[in-house]
Amino acid sequence: MSAALEVKGLTTQFSTRKGAVTAVNDVSFSVQPGRILGLVGESGSGKSVTGFSIMGLIDEPGRIIGGQVMVQGADMRKMSTEEQRKMRGRAVSMVFQDPMMTLNPVLRVGDQMAMAVRVHDKVNKAAAWERAREALEIVGIPAPRERLQAYPHQLSGGMRQRVAIATALLHRPAVIIADEPTTALDVSIQGQILAEVRRLADDIGTAIVWVTHDLAVVSSLADDIAVMYAGRIVESGTAEQVIANPRHPYTRGLIDSVPGLHEPGQDLPQIPGSTPQLVNLPSGCPFRSRCPRATDICASFPHNTGTEAHSVLCHHPLEAT
Amino acid sequence: MTDPILKIDGVSKRFTRKPGPIVSGIDKLTGRNSTQTVHAVNDVTLSVARGEVLGIVGESGCGKSSMGRVVSGIYAPTEGTVTLEGKPVARDHRGNVEKLTTRVQMIHQDPFASLNPRMKVGEIIAEGPRIHGLIPAREVQERVRSLLEQVGLEGAYANRLPHQFSGGQRQRVAIARALAMQPDLLVLDEAVASLDVSIQAQVLNLFMKLRRELDLTALFISHDLSVVRHVCDRVAIMYLGRVVETAPADELYAKPLHPYTEALFGSVPTLGTGRARFHPIKGEIPSPINPPKGCAFHPRCPLAGPRCKAEVPRLVTPSDNRSVACHLQDGGTGTQTGATA
Repeated sequence: MSAALEVKGLTTQFSTRKGAVTAVNDVSFSVQPGRILGLVGESGSGKSVTGFSIMGLIDEPGRIIGGQVMVQGADMRKMSTEEQRKMRGRAVSMVFQDPMMTLNPVLRVGDQMAMAVRVHDKVNKAAAWERAREALEIVGIPAPRERLQAYPHQLSGGMRQRVAIATALLHRPAVIIADEPTTALDVSIQGQILAEVRRLADDIGTAIVWVTHDLAVVSSLADDIAVMYAGRIVESGTAEQVIANPRHPYTRGLIDSVPGLHEPGQDLPQIPGSTPQLVNLPSGCPFRSRCPRATDICASFPHNTGTEAHSVLCHHPLEAT
Repeated sequence: MTDPILKIDGVSKRFTRKPGPIVSGIDKLTGRNSTQTVHAVNDVTLSVARGEVLGIVGESGCGKSSMGRVVSGIYAPTEGTVTLEGKPVARDHRGNVEKLTTRVQMIHQDPFASLNPRMKVGEIIAEGPRIHGLIPAREVQERVRSLLEQVGLEGAYANRLPHQFSGGQRQRVAIARALAMQPDLLVLDEAVASLDVSIQAQVLNLFMKLRRELDLTALFISHDLSVVRHVCDRVAIMYLGRVVETAPADELYAKPLHPYTEALFGSVPTLGTGRARFHPIKGEIPSPINPPKGCAFHPRCPLAGPRCKAEVPRLVTPSDNRSVACHLQDGGTGTQTGATA
């Protein structure tokens, strides 16, 4: 089966007063239809910029300086702006973190969804509204016909995020990039959305890139996990492999920092220091200053010392079990 | 419970919005009443023992932050009293003012908003004790230095401005500022929610260390069940302004009694359990402007019966140290319609 999305060597830079910052550095991964990839990292790791780069939504002072973004075999990066626009929303679409910012507050839900339909398909308004209604139904919105008449402020946060996901689904894209879509929501609402998203991947076969900082969410939702640190994917594999048998010391540290796995009241194992500034990143492994396993060799950049299926960029990976 | 230092007794906090001149004019003509009331906190009774950390958990709009603000004396309760060692905090509804607010210190969610960007960190920490005359002027610098070291920062950082610190470091400064007042009670309102996991672990460890060293008493307000489990002795679950369940943390997590608590645990993704089948709670969180009659959770509750729609459940105590507000736990007569527990 060919990948719905294949990213190869994607590199995005931002020019700042202090020099060029490589926010996304040689990032490669692929997502098969019907699978969910969890792209995990802390703030500043480049996970969101990766999502935006895939969509071609990088503005000055940012620039994608290299790599390929293959959506169903076609390289988005080789396309003209007009061709890219035809891909966005149809072959690959995006869901953002804050649904209040992504929905137009002065348009009815139905109007803005119908608009999204008619950008790509020549259908009349009534047919477009019908498509919008179907999409709302798929994401589990009760009474979708009435909801189409509502303005965004009349909906709760969870409902708005469902509308955003439904809008992303209108053209049955092969790929959906979701950038922290449940971070702003309450746990009970997050649970509902995660259940719907899992169903979308399973039933419709959409490939989903779920960008998040929340390991617990991806471990229960995603099929595969890629962990980002300082602009690079430092470890990737199936969700089971990465969570049960993390091989990069950073992934290990990240998993250990989650309170739920420890005896209450005990000190949590912590990663010393803080995430590095991307300006003036030291040579070699970007994690070495915080890493308990670092040695002299870490001054040179590590290559994949794991397998192809479970890759790890580390000179001293933890044992595979 | 021995020696409760904080007593929250029948506290309610309501916010009312009166209509503007035009709508109130229409109201007068038509006899309607367009005044809207938000029942943020509704008849909450809780107590915290000295040295105890009580977690307050709930989703947005459940009133947990309003509760924290009432305890801190920022909001005056509409009804009920909050007392710290028997004396009312801030003012009660009769307007009695007691200058006790300095003994309760709050740590807020966003360390970017809670520190004055134009003040040096040393001034931020020293301001409270200086104004209230807690330490003599010549000892201020030394005190600031030791506080900074206590929270894991260097004493020399006192001369820096907040923007020179990362989020985790700022939260440490906020903790130092609170400790500078030598409070009897700390109120932490989502204090680690905005931090990255690895930084969150550092701040939680700091909190637990300070707790051991200083025997802190705290109200730990959070939406994060696993964080609360890690740091709290006892937990109160809130839903739409009411406390629906309280229990020692280990007992609550082992066996939740209220259907909402159970459902909440069911919706939280956890690490290490593999691909989960989610059993999310159905429906939306109702608006606190117009909460459902009877038990506020009944429209979403799988076990709700006719009594749940009509009658607000009392808080009953199935065992010494637990309480729960559910008809199923109070005679078990919530479900005459055939739904089974």
